[in-house]
Amino acid sequence: MLNSILFAITITLMYSAPLVFAALGGVISEKSGVTNIGIEGMMSIGAFVGASVGYYTGNAWSGLICAGLSGGVLALLHAIASVTFQADQTVSGIAINLIGSGLSMFLSRLFFNGATTTLPVPQKLPKIFGFLGEKYDFINCINLDITVLLSLLAVMFTWFVMYKTKWGLRIRALGEHPAAVDSVGVSVYRARYICVILSGILAGIGGASVTLAIISQFTPTAISGQGFIALAAVIFGKWKPMGAYCACLFFGFAQALVIMLGGGNNAIPTDILAMLPYVMTIIVLMLFVGRSSAPKAAGKPYKKGSR
Amino acid sequence: MVEISKKYAVQMRGITKSFGTFKVLDDVELDVKKGTIHAILGENGAGKSTLMNILYGLYSSDSGEIYLNGKLQFLKNTAVAIKSGIGMVHQHFMLVDKFTVIQNIVLGNETTGRFGIIKTRESREKVKEIIDRYGLNVDLNRKVRDLSVGQQQRVEILKALYRGADLLILDEPTAVLTPMEIEDLIRIMGSLVADGKTIIIITHKLKEIKKSAQECTIIRRGKFIDRVKVEDETEKTLAKKMVGREIKLKVDKTPFNPGEEVFSIKNLHVRCCRGIETVKGLSLSIRRGEILGLAGIEGNGQKELIEALLCARHVDSGEIRINGEEIQNTSPGNVLKCGVSAIHADRHKYGIVLDFSVAENAILEKYRDKPYCERGFLNYKERDKFTNKLISEYDIRPKDCKDLLIRELSGGNQQKLVIGREIANEPELLIAVQPTRGLDVGAIEYVHKTLINLRDKNKAILLISLELDEIMDLSDTIAVMYDGAINGVFKSGEADENDIGFLMAGGQENEQCC
Ligand SMILES: Nc1ncnc2c1ncn2[C@@H]1O[C@H](COP(=O)(O)OP(=O)(O)OP(=O)(O)O)[C@@H](O)[C@H]1O
Ligand SMILES: [Mg+2]
Repeated sequence: MLNSILFAITITLMYSAPLVFAALGGVISEKSGVTNIGIEGMMSIGAFVGASVGYYTGNAWSGLICAGLSGGVLALLHAIASVTFQADQTVSGIAINLIGSGLSMFLSRLFFNGATTTLPVPQKLPKIFGFLGEKYDFINCINLDITVLLSLLAVMFTWFVMYKTKWGLRIRALGEHPAAVDSVGVSVYRARYICVILSGILAGIGGASVTLAIISQFTPTAISGQGFIALAAVIFGKWKPMGAYCACLFFGFAQALVIMLGGGNNAIPTDILAMLPYVMTIIVLMLFVGRSSAPKAAGKPYKKGSR
Repeated sequence: MVEISKKYAVQMRGITKSFGTFKVLDDVELDVKKGTIHAILGENGAGKSTLMNILYGLYSSDSGEIYLNGKLQFLKNTAVAIKSGIGMVHQHFMLVDKFTVIQNIVLGNETTGRFGIIKTRESREKVKEIIDRYGLNVDLNRKVRDLSVGQQQRVEILKALYRGADLLILDEPTAVLTPMEIEDLIRIMGSLVADGKTIIIITHKLKEIKKSAQECTIIRRGKFIDRVKVEDETEKTLAKKMVGREIKLKVDKTPFNPGEEVFSIKNLHVRCCRGIETVKGLSLSIRRGEILGLAGIEGNGQKELIEALLCARHVDSGEIRINGEEIQNTSPGNVLKCGVSAIHADRHKYGIVLDFSVAENAILEKYRDKPYCERGFLNYKERDKFTNKLISEYDIRPKDCKDLLIRELSGGNQQKLVIGREIANEPELLIAVQPTRGLDVGAIEYVHKTLINLRDKNKAILLISLELDEIMDLSDTIAVMYDGAINGVFKSGEADENDIGFLMAGGQENEQCC
């Protein structure tokens, strides 16, 4: 009994880690006033780059870093479109999603002999008690992916920056009233660029923590909706790092349920079961979307001197 | 033209600025002596805000020079302007309303320890010192959205002073204030200049200019007209210089000749959004050809009353009748259909859609009706015809603005469009709430004339204003609202300012005030 509870917790944490990174990215971007629905695409490219760099270098860490960078580059495109050229942020985000998944598939075919699946990485990211080996049964049960720990650290770090530092104060103001930030002599454009790129880096890392920790390679379905679930978590978590974290745990639990209930000779077909996380996302969105308070200026391009 | 000298806090020369093909400022100059209050006067859309935004580094001018304390400066952005000691309180406040006062004040200029951690203690002390020095009382821990407009303005002033501003630009600071708050502001401005600061104030209220400023620069349609000493001028001469023609500051009225009653309120009870009853058994009636002025200090239930009249708020009990028909608790659309039109105090919230064009805003209430709509299709030709009619009739500037976003018009011109649109409805009853807020004297004269004309066409008008002068000038009957009910009704001329002020403060009519 204890073991199966621990198992449930472990799986929940494992599946929520990628969501947490991505949702944090969403929080940062939205707080600065830029809607980023391109998270899914940024996760895809991160998942692919992470897995393939991990495969070629044999080092999962360099895979993770490159994944972050690739997400950042994609985010830069989003920033250019939505901050500099004041394009519609939803349209730009959709474009980013298409580019992200298309590009990662295309590159996969290019580098892996026409396969849309990369070869498995020689070594995944370590587990937190990995150094103890696999001797103890109990430890194996609570031996979490390092990404779980990293994601929690990222949450705390983001919370700290957001609510304790001057940069956080400015970011939060940006999403509420960019003209106010501009009028006190802080560049709205630069700050938004930084936030959007950061959100891409986090999303990229989130993608790679699927392909470098949960599974060990990139597959076309490795990223299938996690980016959108993460966005739902941003809303469910009221645009707060801690809130988003809890929401991600909830969605992670939904994914864990799929796995736990899916095994054995169950009455519920697995195909129906697999819908669970998505159905839960929709339900949560229906219940919460109107009621929680989004940053006022999110999604609106800022034009200097307009009124 | 005066020489460039250290005695002047600001000197601007040959400032020119165009938005697209439209020249907003044309070779404008400005000289502001150090340690004085300098007023800028000009019609709506004359370019006052634009000129100040250039000085504050928000816009860049197409040509021209700016000298601060006798030295040529290039204010390429607000950061530079702030560093040069310029602070600005904008016409629309630049405050984050989810933040506390202190957060708003330090934003962009935070005192921090290691890792960029904000330390509010030092900033707090600094702000407190400023508060004490100039009497700018405000609670630093409250959220801005919980503050009154007057308090929010203080936060803006504090923000500028906290950044070390020596020159303070106030863009129409009094348009949104109650008379008492205005008194306060003038006192604060006095203590600021006494301390060596310089203030530039934009206002349409000539009385305030007379009361506070030493000098005044007049701009008309983007051109510099004159710089005058305020003490040499009267309100009348100032108005004339500004508009370029004689202005009647007080309107002529034909004799009062009321018809039968069209509108009545009986024993109305309404609660505000927090569930507290703020309209407490109010009764009122208006006849054809009558302007009823409702005087009162803000917060005595006016807001809820207006919302209830327009069916934007639930009425607990009582009745509202127009032409005998009960309209309470129906729908805003029904109210409109029954012939009630309204000019709202907060036009951005209720009157217009900022991101629609002028023409679209012009038919906002009529888009479903012929001739603007035929079998479900909008008729642009009719719409534009109607818009152009409003533009020429109400002198909305610029002339060819029908396809511009209304956001790009100056505040005064937005208001003119709203007023024109509502009056074009030919309502049985027009509810005018602060109809001249933010308007220049020329436009005020026009609006007042329009209201009187409407009255002479045998329509009823309910005028709700915080400005007693306006109520006294226009109304045939004056009702005083206090604590959610009517605290006295007069015929025009029966009572003077003191009597009304006494009732506004809650005094009883038969009580003697001495
Ligand atoms: N960002 C902008 N884009 C286009 N036109 C603008 C812009 N800002 C101002 N204008 C135009 O410039 C003119 C001057 O505007 P400004 O706000 O300076 O007027 P103002 O003198 O402050 O008037 P008010 O008393 O009504 O506030 C107006 O006609 C306005 O339509
Ligand atoms: Mg203005």
